[in-house]
Amino acid sequence: MTMTATGSDLDTPFEIGGRTFGSRLIVGTGKYRSNRVMVDAIRASGAEMVTVAVRRVDLDRTKEEGILHHLDPSEFFLLANTAGCYTADDAARYARLARAAGFNEWIKLEVIGDESTLLPDVHATLEAARSLASEGFKVMAYTNDDLVTALRLEDAGCVAVMPLASPIGSGLGVVNPYFIREIKRRLSVPVIVDAGVGTASDACVTMEQGVDGVLMNTALAAADDPVRMAHAMRHAIVSGRLAYLAGRMPAREIAVPSSPREGMLD
Amino acid sequence: MSEVGTIRVRLNGKDRDVDPGLSVRGLLEALNLHPSLVVVELNREILERERYGDVPVRAGDTLELVHFVGGG
Repeated sequence: MTMTATGSDLDTPFEIGGRTFGSRLIVGTGKYRSNRVMVDAIRASGAEMVTVAVRRVDLDRTKEEGILHHLDPSEFFLLANTAGCYTADDAARYARLARAAGFNEWIKLEVIGDESTLLPDVHATLEAARSLASEGFKVMAYTNDDLVTALRLEDAGCVAVMPLASPIGSGLGVVNPYFIREIKRRLSVPVIVDAGVGTASDACVTMEQGVDGVLMNTALAAADDPVRMAHAMRHAIVSGRLAYLAGRMPAREIAVPSSPREGMLD
Repeated sequence: MSEVGTIRVRLNGKDRDVDPGLSVRGLLEALNLHPSLVVVELNREILERERYGDVPVRAGDTLELVHFVGGG
């Protein structure tokens, strides 16, 4: 089997918006200590889809420092985000600018409603999702772990719905696995858990809930060794996915011997 | 007032005096920016890349020059 498992006999293909991806892990490109480490970590993670942000060119610098000077857009599928936007209009503006860059019409929609928790404004997210989907965008919407909002985002035409595991950059892991499972059970579009994964066990537990994929950034960028953590995450995503598909044994608060009771010596 | 022989535009949130008669493409080149890596918003409207060479920069224009940076 390949390390990604998708496309092998062990796993089903991972499709979003009519496109198949070889890895269920999607990674961000922010906050790395160097561009070299970022590229090495992304390669080690096995991710095909990577997120980028839209920002003003810094005209005071002597050298332009866009990420595409370091990240080859023919090697990765770019998913631009609307991070930092607090209104539906702003998010739509950023999305249109991202599309005008000429790579694709996909957008990671993110409309923040609260500065300290970075929790989403779900009303504004829904409004932006509807208008961007009607403009032909393939919208992957970051949202909270609320089932009703997730259902509405699916109705709005999103190609994927992305509930958080816990707040962005917190590394707290999945705080409400039941809600994540319920969202996955009820939606037809892929469910990607976006934000909150801190370490490999978090990624594994997230995938064991049955979701289609995980999006992370800080867990890699803020690790002491991002490249090693990226390897760990790649394994964790595959592990959690296969464990989910394999179907775990029932948990019970009683011991059951693994060796036969019969055949013991007198 | 802009300096003599220049026009004042609002560029990425700051006033800036640029040479008159430049196209958007000419402005990007003067700023050492590669046109294929920058998206231009001119007075709140996205300017298609094919038009950079045809559209002049005028006094009072508001331009936003954006690109992709690292993000999650």
